[in-house]
Amino acid sequence: MIRFENVGLRYGTGPEVLSDLTFSIAPHSFQFLTGPSGAGKTTLIRLLFLNLKPTRGLISIFGKDTALLKRADMPALRRRIGVVFQDFRLLDHLTTYENVALPYRVLGKDEASYRADVVDLLDWVGLGDRKHVYPPVLSGGEKQRAAIARALITKPEFLLADEPTGNVDPPLARRLLRLFLELNRLGTAVLIATHDIGLMDQLDARRMVIENGHLEIYE
Amino acid sequence: MKTPIPRPKRRATASKARPGGDTTLASPIVPPQAIAGRTLVLVIAIMTFLAGFTIAVVSVIDRAADAWASDIGREVTIEIRPLDGVAIDAEVEKAVALAQEFPGVGGARAITEAETQRLLEPWLGPDTDLSALPVPRLVIVSIDDAASFGVKALSDAVGRDIRGGSVDDHALWVDRLSAMASSMVFAGVGLMSLMLVALILSVVFATRAAMAGNRDVIEVLHFCGAEDRFIAGQFQRRFLLFGIEGGAIGGALALLAMGIAAWAIGGSAGRPGADQIEAMFGRFELPGTAYALVLSLVVAVALLTALTSRLAVRRSLSALD
Repeated sequence: MIRFENVGLRYGTGPEVLSDLTFSIAPHSFQFLTGPSGAGKTTLIRLLFLNLKPTRGLISIFGKDTALLKRADMPALRRRIGVVFQDFRLLDHLTTYENVALPYRVLGKDEASYRADVVDLLDWVGLGDRKHVYPPVLSGGEKQRAAIARALITKPEFLLADEPTGNVDPPLARRLLRLFLELNRLGTAVLIATHDIGLMDQLDARRMVIENGHLEIYE
Repeated sequence: MKTPIPRPKRRATASKARPGGDTTLASPIVPPQAIAGRTLVLVIAIMTFLAGFTIAVVSVIDRAADAWASDIGREVTIEIRPLDGVAIDAEVEKAVALAQEFPGVGGARAITEAETQRLLEPWLGPDTDLSALPVPRLVIVSIDDAASFGVKALSDAVGRDIRGGSVDDHALWVDRLSAMASSMVFAGVGLMSLMLVALILSVVFATRAAMAGNRDVIEVLHFCGAEDRFIAGQFQRRFLLFGIEGGAIGGALALLAMGIAAWAIGGSAGRPGADQIEAMFGRFELPGTAYALVLSLVVAVALLTALTSRLAVRRSLSALD
């Protein structure tokens, strides 16, 4: 589904921040991406959802060589990928409900066709009573959950989550992990970038450890 | 714990579809307050006002020029210069008779000495004895049927039969009026084009500023899989509203200004100079086409604003690659 071959990335004329990354992500797989701060986790995630182009190497996403992708082809691929950002990226002028429903709105769907899904998901992540609230008045954990709900709402084939449990308490972190696992069980490949050793220890899953721009994989 | 993803597809009925009660998607994706809308509406209103006023003024001048050309074209003048040893009154009568026999002529009338005196009064003063001056006599020939009337034939006949006679068909004046009217229309179209270009540039700058101010929104839309046309559509919608608002304000003000101008000129009837203005521009009423053109301008400004913002967004998005 996702394939990296000798991928390297540098910003401008600086040193390579990612070097010789070679790995695959299989359909229905579950993996953690970990490593120290500044090791390149977020950069790798940006490569994975077509937000950055590598300076060398090959990236194939859903069988498409990203170097050959036209701008017009990208939206269709991005719709198959759900992303949870570390900084949430919620739109402050939209309510929680509207933020979570945004991917459906982008698809041009009629609201009646997804309203129940959005409300159910908000209930499930514990934001049922916060759906009319705007992000500036949500707590960090609530924003995190809203961001996760937005990434999950269209049931993507591949879910990328950058520190999805960084702002939630351990019980909710476990609950969110179960949500990711349930999503994975139903066919979505999941990659979770995290520092949280405790979270990773709850699961016997593949670990991708990135350090100084190099990747080690522990199956 | 029940997991909501995924669930069987269910058809939302009216009651089931709104578990959130008042949950609606009323909020625009591009926040209105993030665009300098008031400033843009003001710029659009000013541009539309200037363009609308130009349309109105050009329409009045164009209609007046048509009326002048039409009035002048319906008449020719036979001018009879006094010659030594020639009875000018007899030549005038001959000229009237000659003109009346010509095809297409509705009538011919000699300007009397009293009328001539009145015409010359502004230059020579009252009670001037014209008999001491070599003042030519004029015969006004009205043309009923321009198609069958031949000014060349009349001119030849007058030259042949009327001593000191010549025909003036006012072609020089008609040509000058036509050239002046064309110049005014050309200048008006030029001004309008410049205003529309200025409007387009204003919208381009406003769109770029709006995009810069909404970079986070655009990024979120991108990773949600939005196509460029969807993003452009969000901006276009907002700018269309600005265009409609600014265009309507500017167009209404242009029509109001013309109404006030017509009222002010109408109110000056009887004052010195008012007759000349009415002679030049008629009753200073806007022709119906001017109203239609100003309304079309409002629609065009709104569409132009929306289209320009769409193209500016798409161009900027393409440049992101």
